[in-house]
Amino acid sequence: MSSLELARWQFGITTVYHFLFVPLTIGLAVAVAYFQTRWYRSGDERWLRATRFWGKLMLVSFAMGVVTGLVQEFQFGMNWSEYSRYVGDIFGAPLAMEGLAAFFVESTFLGLWIFGWGRLPKKIHLATIWAVAGSTALSAYFILAANSWMQHPVGFEMVDGKPELTSIWAVLTNNTAIYAFLHTILGALITGGMVIIAVSAWHLRKGNEPEVHKRVIAFALPLVTIASLATMAVGHLNGDLMTDQQPMKMAAADAVFETGSSVGMSVFATGDFESNPEGLNRNIEVPKMLSLIATGSFSGTVEGINDLNEEYRAEYGPGEYAPVVAVTYWSWRAMIGAGVAMLLLAAYGWWRLRRGNLEQSRRFLWLAVPAAVLPFVANSMGWIFTEMGRQPWVVFGMLKTDVASSPSVSEAEVWITLVGFTLLYGVLAVFAGRIFLKIVRKGTPRDPEPDDGGKPDLVLAY
Amino acid sequence: MDDVTTLQLVWFLLLSVLWLGYFVLEGFDFGVGMLIGAVARTEAEKRTVFHSIGPVWDGNEVWLIVAGAGTFAAFPEWYATLFSGFYIPLFLILVALIVRGVSFEFWGKEDSPRWRRGWEWALAVGSFLPALLWGVAWANIVAGVPIDAEAEFTGTLLDLLSPYALLGGLLTLSLFLCHGASFLTLRTKGVVAERAGKWARGTAPVAAVLGLAFVAWTIADQSDRGGVDAVSAILGVLAVAALLAMTVLVRRNTAAGFGAGIGAIVLLFTALFVDLFPNAMVSSTDSANDLTLSAASSSDYTLTVMTVVAVLLVPFVLLYQGWTYWVFRHRIGPEDFGEVRTPLDLIDRKLEERREGGDEGQGPGATPTQGET
Repeated sequence: MSSLELARWQFGITTVYHFLFVPLTIGLAVAVAYFQTRWYRSGDERWLRATRFWGKLMLVSFAMGVVTGLVQEFQFGMNWSEYSRYVGDIFGAPLAMEGLAAFFVESTFLGLWIFGWGRLPKKIHLATIWAVAGSTALSAYFILAANSWMQHPVGFEMVDGKPELTSIWAVLTNNTAIYAFLHTILGALITGGMVIIAVSAWHLRKGNEPEVHKRVIAFALPLVTIASLATMAVGHLNGDLMTDQQPMKMAAADAVFETGSSVGMSVFATGDFESNPEGLNRNIEVPKMLSLIATGSFSGTVEGINDLNEEYRAEYGPGEYAPVVAVTYWSWRAMIGAGVAMLLLAAYGWWRLRRGNLEQSRRFLWLAVPAAVLPFVANSMGWIFTEMGRQPWVVFGMLKTDVASSPSVSEAEVWITLVGFTLLYGVLAVFAGRIFLKIVRKGTPRDPEPDDGGKPDLVLAY
Repeated sequence: MDDVTTLQLVWFLLLSVLWLGYFVLEGFDFGVGMLIGAVARTEAEKRTVFHSIGPVWDGNEVWLIVAGAGTFAAFPEWYATLFSGFYIPLFLILVALIVRGVSFEFWGKEDSPRWRRGWEWALAVGSFLPALLWGVAWANIVAGVPIDAEAEFTGTLLDLLSPYALLGGLLTLSLFLCHGASFLTLRTKGVVAERAGKWARGTAPVAAVLGLAFVAWTIADQSDRGGVDAVSAILGVLAVAALLAMTVLVRRNTAAGFGAGIGAIVLLFTALFVDLFPNAMVSSTDSANDLTLSAASSSDYTLTVMTVVAVLLVPFVLLYQGWTYWVFRHRIGPEDFGEVRTPLDLIDRKLEERREGGDEGQGPGATPTQGET
């Protein structure tokens, strides 16, 4: 493998791994802040127990997200120096803003929250967890604004062959970023919600502490149901925007090769695994469906990969402008499939809850546990689709991935860091998973109120 | 030589401040981390050490994240050359910061001596490597590394391990050790504080001697390269003076020793930044290949935007981080933690206490009443 391919693998592995923890942390931070607010308002000890239990789990996820996030920031310079030189005038700004506006708040207030039990007045302590939850979401906004610029560059002019920022406002209000943010935050709420549902269902099945877990699941079921519906609605708008901004990505998502009207929607297809297989080996489709979804009319015209390729060749010169169709086709379907499955499960659970017989549904309580994997599948596949679907571009229409890596870094060096990070991440996953399960098993014993005596309270601290 | 614009100067100053903040703050974090095995023997003592920096270490590390992202935003060419050039050292720093970062969260979560010892080592080694390597990296940036006309690093890992760079690394290592030890004397009490005091007294002279050698070498290097930079030289001498003051002051176990450590870090790195200016990276192969700040810089518009953002936000960051230090200003000692082995144990123990002394009359399965305390 060339150092370019190795650098791509490294980016893929480290980013997907990092993004296992990011949405979980964002979702759980909101849930914990909500539980603590309920406790603050009612003084009901059961909400305190929920706060502490989910707080501990959030902290494990938070720690993993923080340390793997460091790699993300360094990686652009280490492996992608040509990219960094090219986009630096624009791309660095949202990253620096994220640090100044969000990450400082997040990490400082998390320290205050962990160690502030019993030391800070209750109201201020409650405010610290909301500051954490709010700033994690703000963090996501800046990072998504940076990423959206790669999908849909705005607010710049070309000077000496490089983009120069002309409007930071345009970058921060990029329509791509706004939709991506809504989609991602809703996804994060679903991720937190699904993990809460899985853990609570497991405890409920065992009859453990129903006074806590039932309240918590009653919070998560409607949350996931509503957030799933909203994610799909936003996702549809996202898709429309993408058809407009990156038609090749949409064509590749549905493996449409030839432009046509009354295009059918593929349900199951196989093709050769290469960047443009130029056709499918097998294809089962619903007639006219894609035209309807993409254009609102059964006879609408959908652009195909081959024609887009011709257009791009005319515009950008010779080359292959299609992504690996098998990856976009299946990652797109996996994301949507996982999303639909979560919606159905949560809606069913909510319905049982409202009828008052959730705990009698052994089937639901069984299914909910393995279903915890679904949000992670949806999140990872969504990003793999977004990033792989943009190829061969790293910045759409401007810079190709194959000229973006670091010329001064050798193949051996990328091997070292690729193997190093992958092994380290693997080991950390084992440890984090072990701790997560241990905390889950321990459940929510009745905690004493944090005493105000000024002594450190260790329930959440190290 | 290109002229540096006011905005570029502002950003060079701001990045310098971010690096200074990072080294002052995470400097003592690193020192504390390295010393865990030396100043703490029992479980409770080790917990004291973890707690001494527990509330603040993550916020301290954000200074690095913002320095990195700020370099990307303000001087993308610098970011690209530096990060791709110092590839393996940065990889090692990242690995160290990762294992160190999770050690805080993981250490107390399992009650097995092996588990705990493992994470104590992760904390110590994860603190040791960056404390050493940041010194190596900055000595290299100032002294120069092989860079070609395309601003690409052309050297090897061995080029980064010159005697001068290693001396810089040993200096930051000893300085951060002493800084961490004097932090512990302020933040903890009892046996941990006593042992930390000994370490501060022992490491301060080492840092002072290394500092003297490093500053002398830096000034000699400047005269070889075409003239001593008077401001940098004066700052360097003042840094040595601060190191000597630290050597004297840590003997009294007071805040002044810690203050002298802060002064030494600030003066030392300011001397290096002044030496570096107006370059971002110095080329050791040909001074025509030096990467100047103006050549590395973003556009005026980007720098203006980032200046506005920084001016609006940095005061708040200083305020709430300062407040955190105020909230957690009390000294802590092993007696605060007793025999608690894990956070989960503490829950059990407090539960026991409640059951024994409790008059709530809760039978098994009884529903807790609303609003109970």
